Amino acid sequence: METIGTLNMVGLGLAAIGPGIGVGLIFAAFVTGVARQPEAEGKLRQIAILGFVLAEQFFIIGLALAFVLKASNT
Amino acid sequence: MTLASIAFGAVTGPPSPGPSDFDLPGIAGSAVTKPMVLVALSVVLIVALFYSMARPAAVVPGRLQFAGELVYGFVRNGIARENIGSHDFQKFVPFLFSLFLFVLVNNFYGLIPVIQFPTMSHIGYPLSIAVLAWLVYNGAGIAKKGFFGYLKHETVPPGMDKWILPLLVPLEFLSNIILRPITLTLRLFATMFAGHLLVILFSLGGEYLLLHSDPVLNKVAGGFSVVLAIAISFLEILVMFLQAYVFTLLTSMYISEAIADEH
Repeated sequence: METIGTLNMVGLGLAAIGPGIGVGLIFAAFVTGVARQPEAEGKLRQIAILGFVLAEQFFIIGLALAFVLKASNT
Repeated sequence: MTLASIAFGAVTGPPSPGPSDFDLPGIAGSAVTKPMVLVALSVVLIVALFYSMARPAAVVPGRLQFAGELVYGFVRNGIARENIGSHDFQKFVPFLFSLFLFVLVNNFYGLIPVIQFPTMSHIGYPLSIAVLAWLVYNGAGIAKKGFFGYLKHETVPPGMDKWILPLLVPLEFLSNIILRPITLTLRLFATMFAGHLLVILFSLGGEYLLLHSDPVLNKVAGGFSVVLAIAISFLEILVMFLQAYVFTLLTSMYISEAIADEH
């Protein structure tokens, strides 16, 4: 069976590992923090969201690049 | 292959969305493109909406005024006062508030039917507002500390040994002065670009699988793809808001760092 497509997508899957772990760690820390000190939730959420977006951007940039970079012979 | 050739021309093969989908032709053959019109429209929309919200200026706010005050309070208290501090945040509130609304409205264009094009997926628009943010935070720092005082404040971390400074100063200069507008730009641009591309990908792919391919299995996959396109649109609502929030948040953090006192 012939498979067509671009290896960019495999790279994209690999690139998702890092941000996935990062985002998981951020929200794990957020949940722990709220469980220990529920009144700090508002402040912690702001920090968590900032960290989430900063970690997520690498995957997003990779996603954009996976579509933008095309092999020259296609 | 561009969107137009798929929508109006004959179907020649599976759609392959790419950056060329973002190269919209000028309206009626002119040099004016859709994003330009949308940016102008966003300014008109924001001004009209907030003028009508602020005009009654009632002590007991009506429904519209309450909504406006909610957004204003979010930026003023949640972003500006939290980060810059209650002493001198008020000068920056108008700038941060317009920044937030401008980015938010231009992002939400990506989901409004008929318009459906996030302006910020063209890199020139986020770049120009990032340059504006760069000018503001550097200007605020220079106004407070003087040119060389500000440079020293941004590039020389306090409490460091002398021998490490030649290594540290260029790094700090690079990260605090040069790279900040670039990362602001790339973050907003890439998110909007990739999000819009995903919506294009799943809706076009679903359409092709449902209508233009024969095997029954493909129809199932096509239906799944359409459902996924809708789900991704909902995710995009969150992401669009978050990007506007983070853009404003980071700008206010940069401002607060630029005008912070030595400690």
